Amino acid sequence: MSATAAGFPGSACTWRFWQTTIGKKAVMAVSGTILAAFILGHLAGNLQIFLGPDAFNGYAATLRHLPELLWPVRIVLLVSVIAHIWSSIQLAVTKSEARPTGYVKKRPAGSDYASRTMYWSGPIIAAFVIYHLMQFTFGVGGTPYHPLDAYGNVIQGFRVPAVALFYILSMALLCTHLRHGLWSMFQTLGFYHPRHTPKIKRLASVLALLIFFGFISIPIAVVLRVIPQVL
Amino acid sequence: MRLTFHIWRQPNRTSSGKMVRYESSNFNPDMSMLEALDVLNEELILRNEDPITFEHDCREGICGSCGFMINGLAHGPLPKTTVCQLTLRHFRDGEELFLEPWRAKAFPVLRDLMVDRSAFDRIISSGGYISVPAGSACDGNDILVPKPYSDRAMDAAACIGCGACVAACPNASASLFTGAKVSHLGLLPQGQPERNQRALRMVAQMNAEGFGQCTNIGECEAVCPKGIRLEVISRMNGDFIKASWSNRGQQSVSDGV
Ligand code: HEM
Ligand code: FES
Repeated sequence: MSATAAGFPGSACTWRFWQTTIGKKAVMAVSGTILAAFILGHLAGNLQIFLGPDAFNGYAATLRHLPELLWPVRIVLLVSVIAHIWSSIQLAVTKSEARPTGYVKKRPAGSDYASRTMYWSGPIIAAFVIYHLMQFTFGVGGTPYHPLDAYGNVIQGFRVPAVALFYILSMALLCTHLRHGLWSMFQTLGFYHPRHTPKIKRLASVLALLIFFGFISIPIAVVLRVIPQVL
Repeated sequence: MRLTFHIWRQPNRTSSGKMVRYESSNFNPDMSMLEALDVLNEELILRNEDPITFEHDCREGICGSCGFMINGLAHGPLPKTTVCQLTLRHFRDGEELFLEPWRAKAFPVLRDLMVDRSAFDRIISSGGYISVPAGSACDGNDILVPKPYSDRAMDAAACIGCGACVAACPNASASLFTGAKVSHLGLLPQGQPERNQRALRMVAQMNAEGFGQCTNIGECEAVCPKGIRLEVISRMNGDFIKASWSNRGQQSVSDGV
């Protein structure tokens, strides 16, 4: 039998790779890793809000004055987001087609909540990202916006309880998404080791919680009037 | 012992089916789940009803023929146990049990609790083999295999192809099965020359059969009667990804080595 019979011509082929479930999962894992790395950097940047308006707005201005850094990062992120979402949509279709008739009774035996809800947490995070960009990047989120006052935008944005609440809930979902995703990507890319994998799982949980508490500290601080500090 | 069953009844591949309720007190706790169905079937035959079809062969947990969902769990509640080895003493007297066939597009229901698992056979024949000159057998220890490798290969080879992994997976993925086959041969020296081709072909066939993707959830591992580990899936992923880029096709003998 020639290799073509099973759907593979002799040589490596990017398109064929992408056409397989494992290929799409590999794309998700790599794009997810890039997004997660960005999230960590973004968190480090955002936490400077606790240093006061001058430090935070200065940081925002620095980014804006570095287009040669800002734009490549934005492009890589955009490509990653599109790749991640596009593969997740195709895999969601594959998954729903793979079981046309469901069970009358079905009980989970080995999975946790985070892993079972990846296809829910993902799209909700996407909705959040869109609102987040509308609010703080494009200034059309319905809360007061001044292009040169990132600090004020955040404070005024989170003074609206519904906005703060949505933000916190989205971070909770990001936390569960990463709790599973950050170890799953190793498995997807072919790395498993009985000694290291349990450690990777623990690290994924720690990072996910760090990201959760790090991000929600800002709306909570705003709602509780911890920032802005009144001197 | 009394039990109430709700069992999926479907006369053939094309007709629709439904859950039907059966009750009997003629069970005893030492019976296996399949023996309970035998008892129930004898009652049905005496009542001139169609007996319930289920697949079985060895009834000692080694052939992989049997298997269905019991109250939402593949092979029922006991870990590492096929339904033929699952005895009724693990259930309460008077308990209500829902029996359903494996559900996957690639596993069409043939009748009642019996599904067509030939998709697994096609995955095996696409690459789950090694090419050897047939003829006189070679010496037993011609090729030495380090113990840790033979152990891991044997662990993967324990897969009996029952299909519980597909049934339990929310994506109806056959990754644990295919991963077990890819790993079992890929861990042995004899499996090396065809390792790339094997990963490429078996994964392509697995996809062509309409099984879903793996989301590393672990439902399969939890229900596998042979304790196959998720590790085999990551091995398959790694082999497949590597083979996708390094494969040189048919012309090269040293393919992937
Ligand atoms: C900041 C945003 C995001 C990050 C950091 C992120 C990260 C990750 C990572 C690391 C994985 C693991 C990949 C693997 O299983 O190998 C993953 C999986 C997944 N992500 Fe995301 N993701 C993000 C946003 C999204 C969005 C917006 C969606 C949906 C539209 C989404 C949908 C999914 C799905 C469905 C999976 C599971 C893939 C699978 O297991 O088959 N993610 N994500
Ligand atoms: S009948 Fe052979 S494994 Fe159950």
